[in-house]
Amino acid sequence: MSSSIITITTFFPTVGAIVIMLYSIIQLRRGKSREEIRPHYRWIAFIVSMITFVFSLGLLLGFDSSKSEAQLVTKLSWIQELGVYYHVGVDGISLWLVLLTTFMVPGAVMASWTFLKRVHELMIFILILETGMIGVFVSLDLFLFYLFWEIVLIPMYFLIGIYGGENRIYAAIKFVVYTVVGSLLMLVAIIALYYLNTQATGVTTFDLVEITNNIASGKLVIARNFQWWMWLAFALAFFIKVPLWPFHTWLPDAHTEAPTGASVLLAGVLLKMGTYGLMRFNLPLFPEVSYQAAPWVMLLAVIGIVYGALVAMVQPDMKKLVAYSSVSHLGFIVLGIFAFTSQSMQGALYQMLNHGISTGALFLCVGILYDRRHTRDIDEFGGVAQRMPRYSTMFLITAMSSLGLPLLNGFVGEFLILLGTFSSTVPGAKWFSVIGGIGVVLSAVYLLWMIQRVLFGRITKHENEELDHLSIRERFSLLPPVAMAVLMGVTPMLFLKASFNSVDSVRAIVESQSSRAAK
Amino acid sequence: MLKWITFAPLIGALLCGFLGKKLGEKFVSLVACGSVAVSMVLAFFAFFTKLLPLPEGQRVVTEHFFTWIEVGTFRADFAYLLDPLSGTYILFITGVGLLIHIYATGYMHGDEGFYRFFAYLNLFMFMMLTLVLGDNLLLLFVGWEGVGLCSYLLIGYYIERQEAGDAAKKAFIVNRIGDFGYSIGVMVAFTTFTSVSFVDKTIGGKLIPSLLTQAAEKPVEAVGAFGIMTAIALLLFVGACGKSAQVPLFVWLPDAMAGPTPVSALIHAATMVTAGVYLTARCSAIFTRSQTALLIVAVVGAFTAMFAATIGIAQNDIKKVLAYSTVSQLGYMFLACGVGAFTAGIFHVMTHAFFKALLFLGAGSVIHGMHEEQDIRRMGGLKKYMPWTFKTMMVGWLAISGVPLLSGFFSKDEILWQTWSSTALPTGLTKTLWFLALATALLTAVYMTRLMVLTFWGKERFDVAKDEGHHKTEHHEGEHHAIHPHESPKVMWIPLVVLAVLSIVGGYVGVSAAWGGSNAIEHFLSPVIAKAAPMIDTAHGAAAATASHAAEAAEAHHDVTTERIFTGISVVVAFLGIFLGWTMFTAQPLRKMPSLLENKYYVDEIYDAAIVNPILGTSRNFLWRILDVKIIDGAINGIAHLFGETGSTMRFLQTGFARSYAAIMLVGAIVLILYFTFR
Repeated sequence: MSSSIITITTFFPTVGAIVIMLYSIIQLRRGKSREEIRPHYRWIAFIVSMITFVFSLGLLLGFDSSKSEAQLVTKLSWIQELGVYYHVGVDGISLWLVLLTTFMVPGAVMASWTFLKRVHELMIFILILETGMIGVFVSLDLFLFYLFWEIVLIPMYFLIGIYGGENRIYAAIKFVVYTVVGSLLMLVAIIALYYLNTQATGVTTFDLVEITNNIASGKLVIARNFQWWMWLAFALAFFIKVPLWPFHTWLPDAHTEAPTGASVLLAGVLLKMGTYGLMRFNLPLFPEVSYQAAPWVMLLAVIGIVYGALVAMVQPDMKKLVAYSSVSHLGFIVLGIFAFTSQSMQGALYQMLNHGISTGALFLCVGILYDRRHTRDIDEFGGVAQRMPRYSTMFLITAMSSLGLPLLNGFVGEFLILLGTFSSTVPGAKWFSVIGGIGVVLSAVYLLWMIQRVLFGRITKHENEELDHLSIRERFSLLPPVAMAVLMGVTPMLFLKASFNSVDSVRAIVESQSSRAAK
Repeated sequence: MLKWITFAPLIGALLCGFLGKKLGEKFVSLVACGSVAVSMVLAFFAFFTKLLPLPEGQRVVTEHFFTWIEVGTFRADFAYLLDPLSGTYILFITGVGLLIHIYATGYMHGDEGFYRFFAYLNLFMFMMLTLVLGDNLLLLFVGWEGVGLCSYLLIGYYIERQEAGDAAKKAFIVNRIGDFGYSIGVMVAFTTFTSVSFVDKTIGGKLIPSLLTQAAEKPVEAVGAFGIMTAIALLLFVGACGKSAQVPLFVWLPDAMAGPTPVSALIHAATMVTAGVYLTARCSAIFTRSQTALLIVAVVGAFTAMFAATIGIAQNDIKKVLAYSTVSQLGYMFLACGVGAFTAGIFHVMTHAFFKALLFLGAGSVIHGMHEEQDIRRMGGLKKYMPWTFKTMMVGWLAISGVPLLSGFFSKDEILWQTWSSTALPTGLTKTLWFLALATALLTAVYMTRLMVLTFWGKERFDVAKDEGHHKTEHHEGEHHAIHPHESPKVMWIPLVVLAVLSIVGGYVGVSAAWGGSNAIEHFLSPVIAKAAPMIDTAHGAAAATASHAAEAAEAHHDVTTERIFTGISVVVAFLGIFLGWTMFTAQPLRKMPSLLENKYYVDEIYDAAIVNPILGTSRNFLWRILDVKIIDGAINGIAHLFGETGSTMRFLQTGFARSYAAIMLVGAIVLILYFTFR
């Protein structure tokens, strides 16, 4: 049981998707109308995502925080000739990201409740997406990883392209082309790595754990020059996904066009695939190069922090504002990863979860207003708090968690990142930390400004005089992330402890190589 | 027990917030005031039975609750520390807090958001107590930002008012700028000491001495030196400037008066805004290691005191006058810290809490009685309508003006004397600062007298036509009938009486030795306050200066006769100020004030023009519309376009006609044959 729990968690959503498919075929054959069975799709998807979440909690039970390596591992030979394995497992880094995914999906399903067209496909896309996202985080085989990485694109493409706003086709294609360009380069690097490993050790394998060990033990030595190219190929794929400045321009478009549910998953989980990749591949596979590249990556990260915040500040569209705020917040995560201190890297991992929860919830909040008014223009609102007090409280708490108020989750992550970066040995790290701190100030500016223009003041537009209160469904979609934001802010050790050893082992690999790189 | 001091109001906040709307005003009043009362009783109990019995010099009570963050060598606990400094603070926070809570049940009576108001106010008490009891810089920061949040919520309490929302946002953001300095200060402190804690801690199996102990062992950095201690001290001071509204970050506090008056009294006068002084005193071990930092603190304090006082003299909104007065008095407290007299600063924090809370609550009572009128130009002659408010406010007025034997007199006089006799700064500077502070004392007496004269004495001016552009609250528009002022209910004026008594007697804990007192508060606080090293003439002599030298130097300077003469000077100045104010404003209450002062030196306008608008403009017109949309995204789309163009140009090769493919193959074959034949 314990060893197959990951597989069950990963593929249960797909099973759910198949169930929905079969259900729709059977019911339509039996002559039921689409309207009649539409709610059933939603409920099936919701229940499946909830069960998946419960399964993922099983990971937590079986997890031993004292170990740094992957646990609950399943390793089966898949394509023997090529050395491809079905190899999955979680360590302290991926554990929380899997949980983040399963935690966010029910909310995304609830946020997609109001769609009336092509509902069963919508739910199928979300569930397949969930399998893909979990798969990315649990794969320990390069081939398998790449497979899941690309699978994620397909449902997201349709979610934006079918259910999105006016400009959805442009945004969906931009999203896919951008990502594919990056991932193709990564594919080349994966193949090169595979080839070099086979050459050096004589074992044909795509197994990530094995290759990482070979590099660490010196069995596989890659020429510095070549390492750089491979590092770049991996990094570019991840930078685009993150997105790191200046590879970010797909994000605002994708977010503004995507439906709420897709935005929640895009910001909440998909972006973390990039930062996760950096931590899982770039750092342990190419520690020397990572150390050497660190100042440049950090430079891009702080540019992104400040730039994203400044541009977010002047957005007239709420979703674009949140999208640019993601550019800023993800900058913090990249900064923390490349500072190579235990505080900064722990903070970065924590911030991945925080950003997922806070920004996911922010998108839910924006979506709730959009459902009522069919606009996201900040100027169209004002005085919403008078009509929707509960909603406003939740929105405010979410914004506060996003801007890093202590005792809410965002503070712990941001502070650890900046603290760790400040004490990092990477050249210039102190200044990057200080400039990053400006982003914290600016986040208060753009979020509170939006809050004030949307929620407070007098009601100026008569359409806002009759805004409906939160429905039960909306309340239940917002409550978990808000509660989680409080929990993670007050008792961070509950979460941090499980990842100490894994994060630290990555840091130790880079540290042991950094002295060599410094020469 | 310490944790219940803070948790009682937190529980109160949750009860009010979640159940208050359903259960009504009575329940909310009871829970809100009750929880603060519990907190106060526990605070007094802890202070008198736990802290005081300990031998002097060892008065430390700690309580570990749980480890909040521990990563690598960094550790920040959720743990409380009760020592003389935090002990003094919790007494007046809970005491004044309770009085203001009680007052507010009357003031907010009938308000739609009654439950919300008290939920925020209780939450504030929790955060403020966490701030002063926190045993490390990070937990202090939790309270620090937490009180900022409550301040934000309460300034913007009247959510439908535009100016309230603007003020709330401004307060939060300006504080954030300060907090930027604070958090960097914490980082530098951590990299220097590997500790952010005020008490010794075990981290990763190693005992790390407290940050303050380690700081005290560092050599003193002389004036002009910018070492690591100067950096930490100044960064923390940036945070203090934000929270305690010092130049240049003072701009939020006057606007914060958009909140309900009890909030102004509790948060924006008595407690929260003095958090910066608390931080400075708490970290006195760091500040005293850097004479550069002390100098800057003193100069900023004295300048702010003077600057705000001049603005206060020309304001017409009763709360604005008091707001600038608060900024000015906070300046005094920092001046005290800067000259090394931290205990005098804390002493003034305490007396100021009494008399400024009194003045604000009195002002609230006036506003209440005048049906939301705040302009003192349209008051006058109120003493016969509001006898209790008048009498109690008179105490506050005399106390802040420095009339002898009232609380403000003792604390202010202490600051003036300490400034004059300080050895921590260059002598020429201390004399200048003293003069500035004295002039500020004069101005204080003048503007407070003006406030009192315009409000309570003279002719009734309730119906004077409202002049253009005058601040006016929305829902009173169109109300033309005459105002009938009335005294406020008992529940409001009884707290005023208590505060008035405290404003009278509160100063006797700090009567200086020159006047036969024992200066109990200084004696009590001194074990936790570091002594400033005497002035060093050369940067090289820094290491030689030690605390014992400081004590000797102070001894030598302590000249009883001189101190008495200086007290005489400040008494004269206080009475002179009152006299000037009285004669000027009884004769001509509505005399025109200099427009530069009335417009607050145009500081807000300057900030808008120099900082806010350029940033907004650049972000909108360059970063977003040009760099992001045109250049970066344009380049990406350009590349895509290029591929598209290339594709369509090449398309003629793929016509789909077999004959053209055959033709191309033929051409290719001929070229190949020719190539291989003739190479």
